[in-house]
Amino acid sequence: MAVERFPVEASHILMFARSVGDANQIYYDAEYARKTEPGTIIAPPTFVQSSAQFDPDYFLRPKIGQPWFGSGKEPTGIKRESSGGGGGGGGGGLHAEQHFEYHRHLKPGDVLSATVKPGKTWEKESKRAGKLVFSESVTEYRDQNGELVITARSVGVRTERPVESK
Amino acid sequence: MALKASSLKVGDTYSECLVEDLKRTQIVQYAGASGDYNPLHSDEVFTTKVAGYPSVFAHGMLTMGMTGRMLTNYVGDGRLTKYGVRFTNQVWPGDTLQGTATVEEVSGGIVKLKVETTNQDGVTVLSGYAEARVD
Repeated sequence: MAVERFPVEASHILMFARSVGDANQIYYDAEYARKTEPGTIIAPPTFVQSSAQFDPDYFLRPKIGQPWFGSGKEPTGIKRESSGGGGGGGGGGLHAEQHFEYHRHLKPGDVLSATVKPGKTWEKESKRAGKLVFSESVTEYRDQNGELVITARSVGVRTERPVESK
Repeated sequence: MALKASSLKVGDTYSECLVEDLKRTQIVQYAGASGDYNPLHSDEVFTTKVAGYPSVFAHGMLTMGMTGRMLTNYVGDGRLTKYGVRFTNQVWPGDTLQGTATVEEVSGGIVKLKVETTNQDGVTVLSGYAEARVD
């Protein structure tokens, strides 16, 4: 996702670490972190994905004054049309793959920007979900000095119908 | 904390229970922290009636995040250089997950790991790889 300014903050790292059940002190205790090899609080390996918080157009976040496709009085807040209602997994498709390359690890005080390049798209037939349409994107995260810190490659999939569980 | 190349052998494994009886509230917690509020992960009404799934399910990235915790506990803080996964099956509330890293190669100060997370039925929900600096 393209993001102009993603300030990496200690409280966000703490909340993120809690959400993945990680009690490692290096994610919240500056005193402890000083004595570790990194020498500072760092972010967990998948933290950078929360750049979504700083993407003004991120479509999986309800926005003030705009319709939201989740339920309220009705099961969905928008009329069925483009998405065809079923299968696709409700608006955004599903996440098929995620890859990270760490050039260095993030720490509080970093201010990232991200640029996105679309990658390949391809199709596959599956027994569990019908026709699958995959699309790839590559996001480059740079720090306040313009240095590349993380390269992320993501593959999303739209399914013809809901995926059957194994 | 960090691993020593000299004490690693191809085939070595490290494994952790990532979560027992995954709670819907943890999925909500992940949505809040990550900013991914896709209703498929927290909105049972939408997910069952509109999207057609039997219940809400976890973000793939929650499973990747919990699996990442197993990896950093193994390789040490700030040591990962690569980490990539495919999400091969959905993770549902109530699932119990086990994450395992297996040493595939050690050379040039880098360990290459195969990464796999399975659920309580032995079904693989995530499969991938990681690389980390070793001493």
